[in-house]
Amino acid sequence: MKTFHIGGVHPHDNKIYSAHQPIQECALPAKAIIPLVQHIGAPAQAIVEKGQKVKVGELIAKAGGFVSANVHSPVSGTVSKIDTTIDSWGMKMPAIFIDVEGDEWLETIDRTPDVLRECNLEAKEIIDLIAQAGIVGLGGACFPTQVKLMPPPGKKAEVLIVNGVECEPYLTCDHQLMLEHGEEIMVGIQILMKALNIQRAVIGIERNKPDAIARMQELAARTLGVEVCPLKLKYPQGGEKQLIDACIGRQVPSGALPIEVGAVVDNVATIYAVYEAVQKHKPLISRVMTVTGKSVQRPGNYLVRFGTPLSQVVEQAGGVPEDTGKIIGGGPMMGRAMNNIDMPANKRTSGLLFMTESESVRPEAENCIRCGKCVSACPMGLEPYLLSKLAELQRWDEMEKHDVMDCIDCGCCLFTCPSHRPLLDYIRMGKGKVGGIIRARQAAAQAAK
Amino acid sequence: MKNLIVAPAPHVHSGDSVRRNMLLVIAALLPAYAVSVVAFGWGALVTACISIVACVGFEWLIAKYILKQKPTLGDCSAILTGLLLAMNLPSNLSWWIVIIGALVAIGVGKMSFGGLGQNPFNPALVGRVFLLISFPVQMTTWPLPQGFGGSYVDAQTGATPLAAMKQIVKNGQTDLVSQLPDLWDAFIGWMGGSLGEVCALALLVGGVFLICTRVITWHIPVSILATMAVFACLACPEGMKAGQYVAYTLLTGGAMLGAFFMATDYVTSPMTAWGKVIFGIGIGVIVMVIRTWGAYPEGMSFAILIMNAVTPLLNMYIRPKRFGEKKK
Amino acid sequence: MKFILIALLVLGITGCVAAVLLYLIAQQFKVEEDPRIDLVQEVLPGANCGGCGFAGCRALAEACVKADSLDGLLCPVGGQETMNKVGAILGMEAAAADPKVAVVRCNGVCEARPRTSRYDGVRSCQIMHNLYVGETACPFGCLGCGDCVAACQFGALSIDPKTGLPVVDEDKCTACGKCVKACPRNIIELRKKGPKGRRMVVECVNKDKGAVARKACLNACIGCSKCQKECAFDAITVENNVAYIDFNKCRLCRKCEAVCPTGAIHAINFPPRKPAADVQPEKKEAQA
Repeated sequence: MKTFHIGGVHPHDNKIYSAHQPIQECALPAKAIIPLVQHIGAPAQAIVEKGQKVKVGELIAKAGGFVSANVHSPVSGTVSKIDTTIDSWGMKMPAIFIDVEGDEWLETIDRTPDVLRECNLEAKEIIDLIAQAGIVGLGGACFPTQVKLMPPPGKKAEVLIVNGVECEPYLTCDHQLMLEHGEEIMVGIQILMKALNIQRAVIGIERNKPDAIARMQELAARTLGVEVCPLKLKYPQGGEKQLIDACIGRQVPSGALPIEVGAVVDNVATIYAVYEAVQKHKPLISRVMTVTGKSVQRPGNYLVRFGTPLSQVVEQAGGVPEDTGKIIGGGPMMGRAMNNIDMPANKRTSGLLFMTESESVRPEAENCIRCGKCVSACPMGLEPYLLSKLAELQRWDEMEKHDVMDCIDCGCCLFTCPSHRPLLDYIRMGKGKVGGIIRARQAAAQAAK
Repeated sequence: MKNLIVAPAPHVHSGDSVRRNMLLVIAALLPAYAVSVVAFGWGALVTACISIVACVGFEWLIAKYILKQKPTLGDCSAILTGLLLAMNLPSNLSWWIVIIGALVAIGVGKMSFGGLGQNPFNPALVGRVFLLISFPVQMTTWPLPQGFGGSYVDAQTGATPLAAMKQIVKNGQTDLVSQLPDLWDAFIGWMGGSLGEVCALALLVGGVFLICTRVITWHIPVSILATMAVFACLACPEGMKAGQYVAYTLLTGGAMLGAFFMATDYVTSPMTAWGKVIFGIGIGVIVMVIRTWGAYPEGMSFAILIMNAVTPLLNMYIRPKRFGEKKK
Repeated sequence: MKFILIALLVLGITGCVAAVLLYLIAQQFKVEEDPRIDLVQEVLPGANCGGCGFAGCRALAEACVKADSLDGLLCPVGGQETMNKVGAILGMEAAAADPKVAVVRCNGVCEARPRTSRYDGVRSCQIMHNLYVGETACPFGCLGCGDCVAACQFGALSIDPKTGLPVVDEDKCTACGKCVKACPRNIIELRKKGPKGRRMVVECVNKDKGAVARKACLNACIGCSKCQKECAFDAITVENNVAYIDFNKCRLCRKCEAVCPTGAIHAINFPPRKPAADVQPEKKEAQA
């Protein structure tokens, strides 16, 4: 069985809590708050005004640049204000506030459950539809999908890699989506293959989801050019570069994009959104998210409209457990701990994980014993012990020499460190600093020209 | 509900800890230690107890009263150092020599650099080599295995197989071949030597256990033993078969103990796989050079200490292969 | 006797040859340097703190020697005295500059600023700042991990365990500016020390609207502009919901302090108000 070739760790997957829970629709909120930044890149520009009536699926904010994404209204009602709201990390973000009235959809959206397999659109038209629908990578990075589908001149995509790995422990939303909407995903894959003008797609799924592998294999057998690649269990297999290495054995060089080796990677949830946008004319207004944790009453996979406060989603799952010490947006390896759950659900929220007080506290750090476990765990072949020390000493130029910018924030080093040293905390800070230095240098070089 | 905890990702941990690693190494040493207790009786028990108690005591005293740090006895590394030091000593050593060894191991070898993780040299070996140089007679008078029968202070002593091999290799005294212990005895440990030099079988079991539990990787022990074997093949003295000489090389002396337990010390060995291999080859070559041409019959301690000194260089120049790096 | 002679001869000749070689090489690779650089460096403090903006004292000395005038060149550690000495060496006039001191512009003490979360990462302001708002709801206030304390080479900063905020020891502070750079929230500012060390400071940088700021911290500046109206010297500006006192214009009349409804404005190093003056009952942290 295949996997990626450098480093990696084996966290306990803990998917048992929410695995195989059917996707449930979450109730509509009374007031929806729709953030304008739900993606990487420039914020979207609001195009509605206070007091304006909107329907579900209506465009309410336009992409603010090439790398940016449209935002559509996930509810119907009246825009009450355009203001800032506080996100789950206490920082301000611009948002559109809508008072929800009923659930009235745009007529153009096809809401029937039928699977539409035929697609006679041209590549250009497909990409336009995807851009209009505001689709971003739902695996976590939230990179606008249409940008990925337009390779820079001179580069040619050869293979579409579908990310069904879900290597983050606890999360099960992609797994459930493959089980329930496998057919739609398969149509979505074909649409993307058409948009990219390629003949091959590989679906990577880790072997802890045998039913999803079987289901997708069954569907792939009927589809030309699509194959399923069962993968060994290893974190961070869902990382873009690791997945390409695992599925087709090519390694993306440092600093380059996957297109360099002819690959385009998309998450299954993104592909499902593509299907809905192209075949059903439904923009990206909802996503499946996992609510899970040891003491959550009703862990499961919930279909949530954007703008619904996370606290409401949690209510549906049985409320915040008494012994909660930490709430994590996303999985435990890369997710961010939140200091409140009043933030609305959006394109970024792939899950909510409740950790008990005893699971939450980090043990005290001890001296580095130079065991080298972080070095063998690092999937990028870096030396975390060294980078972390350099960051502590603020030696940014040396960090750059030791390829800190290749770090993918996966957390394997900290996960594996027997001394519980906060390696990634320092490396992440150093990466930020070095990134700033590099950008400043590039800007200076640009100005010099 | 209390305020939520916020910390940077990742939020889960493998559960590995320094303490767990140290305890596993101690556990892996126990079979070999048990054999030496059977072989040397009270001497083995007394030496190890003194060594461990002294190491732990010195670490606590130095941390508390000299460095004014919070003592870090919880990580069990001092116990391991004590046990390893004992494994490197003959069982009939006077108690005060053991205590001096422990003081040098912990005080000079470890705490003077700032405690666990900071020391460039393996503390137990620093202690042992200090004793070897300061008390050459006591340190090279090896009791013969006799179990609990005799009194340990005036046990019957004799030369180790390595001393005999030295004579064979250096002076061509082929008649000494017959004096070497039976190969099987060497394997299960019925011969003279330090506590940890006797039973290759038990050390091998412990080493494999460590590799299986992922406390250590195979790189260092395999490269050391392979290098020694190859070297022995090439430098086989007259009057012995190559296979026989290789077997004696690997089964006697500190080869097994050094390869599996001393050289693999986290702090003083390189971090990367290739670094470890080079480190192992270096040790193997130096050991064989000392055994063949040097003054001492055994050179494991010196070889490991010399390569310890090279470790920072190996860490600096032997980098792991970066993801996406072009193969040259 | 012969052996001694031979030894002496050999050593003597070797020594002579080596001396000649050394001399020739030294001549060959001699670096011409202005001798005044050494003289200037002598009078500089030698702390190599970088507070002057150069890589160290040597670099500042080189810059001084090269420069046409000493304007803009200041050793913040040595202050005016040192610059005068440098000026004397170089035959230039050192322009007078007011001594400055680091000022912490946050007064979010524990009682005023309720904790909303528990931080469990590395105790570093920079890392906490990158991660989220911090342990309180104020996205502008001090995080209290002491990056500034670590950055200070002169031991002038320390975290007060009671308030959780850094305190500047004015006698030790050299205004080198290291802490200003270290603070990820730009809370620390170098301000004019003022006559007898007296100065007025708005101890808040919260740019949120009044109500939001007040909710996060009772001591926050709410941008009400009362101080601005009160000030007769145009020294106070209110921008982005936060007041700022221009220390070049401030005449230390203390009127702004009296009108501030949240006690965000602090008068430092003033003697206690005379009973006759209008005493503000809520003013409690005047000596912070």
